[in-house]
Amino acid sequence: MTTGFHSAPRGGAFIQIDAGEAGLLRSMAALVLQLVEAPEPQDDFAALVGIGTSSVKPEDPVLARLFPDAYSDDAEAAGDFRRYTEDDLRRRKRENAQGVLDQIPPRGGEITLDLADAHAWLKVLNDVRLALATRLGIKDDMPAVELDDELAADEKAGALSVYSWLTGLQDSLLRALTGE
Amino acid sequence: MTTMPVELDNPVPEEDVRPELPWITIVWNDPVNLMTYVTYVFQTVFGYSKEKAHKLMLDVHFEGRAVVSSGSREEMERDVTILHDYGLWATLQHDR
Repeated sequence: MTTGFHSAPRGGAFIQIDAGEAGLLRSMAALVLQLVEAPEPQDDFAALVGIGTSSVKPEDPVLARLFPDAYSDDAEAAGDFRRYTEDDLRRRKRENAQGVLDQIPPRGGEITLDLADAHAWLKVLNDVRLALATRLGIKDDMPAVELDDELAADEKAGALSVYSWLTGLQDSLLRALTGE
Repeated sequence: MTTMPVELDNPVPEEDVRPELPWITIVWNDPVNLMTYVTYVFQTVFGYSKEKAHKLMLDVHFEGRAVVSSGSREEMERDVTILHDYGLWATLQHDR
C-alpha cells in the first residue's frame, strides 16, 4: 500500500503504488476524461474560430461544479464567457487527465513527477474529488454525507473511502511540493 | 492591474480623473478544496507570498469568499479561467 507522495531529490515528487492503486487511479483519471468530453458536436465554423456552442451552465451538478459560471451577477456575460472559454477549459482538463492516465503503470510501480506533471496531478485529483463530493452530496468541510437515495449504501461507502483516500493523496502531493 | 489616478499639481476640477472602476476576481468557499491546496494555488497562480496566500485562503474559508485579484476585465477573465482549471470556484465582477 502506498505511503503517498514524497519530495523528489531534484524537485517534483514521486510515489510508489501497487497494482490495485494503479487500477483505481487509472479509472479515476478515465472518469475525468469521460466527464469533460465535449458535450455535443460543434458547429464547424464556431469550431474553426475557437468558439464553443454552449452558453448555458450544465444541468449535471458535477459538470456545473467543474465548469462554474464566471459571472455570478450577470447571466448574459456568464453565457458569453462560457461560449468563448468552456471548450478550451474542457480541453485543458482532458489533457491533464490523459497525461495522468499515461503516467500510471497499469501494474503499479514508481511514478516520478516534475513540477508541471505534479500540477496536472493536483488538478486531476481535485477534479475527481469535486466529482465524487458532488455525487455524494458532501456539503460541509467535515464530510457528513447526505445520502443520495439513488446510490446503494455500499456504493456510497466505497465512494466515500475512495474520496478520503484521494484527499490524503492530494495532501501528500502538496506536502511533497512545499516541503512541509 | 488598474492604473493609478494621476496627481496633478494644479487639478483641473472640470476633468474627471477618477480611474475606471476595476474588476475583481472572487474565490468562494466550497467543502472540497483543501486549505493547503487553495493556498498553494494562490501562490502558484498569482505569485503571492505564503503569508498573503494563507491569509486569502482563511478569508475564503471563514468569510465564505475573498477578492484574490483586481485589474482589467480581460485580466480577471484570464484569472478566473486559470482558477477554474485548478477547480476553484471563482467569479469576476465589477468592483462596487
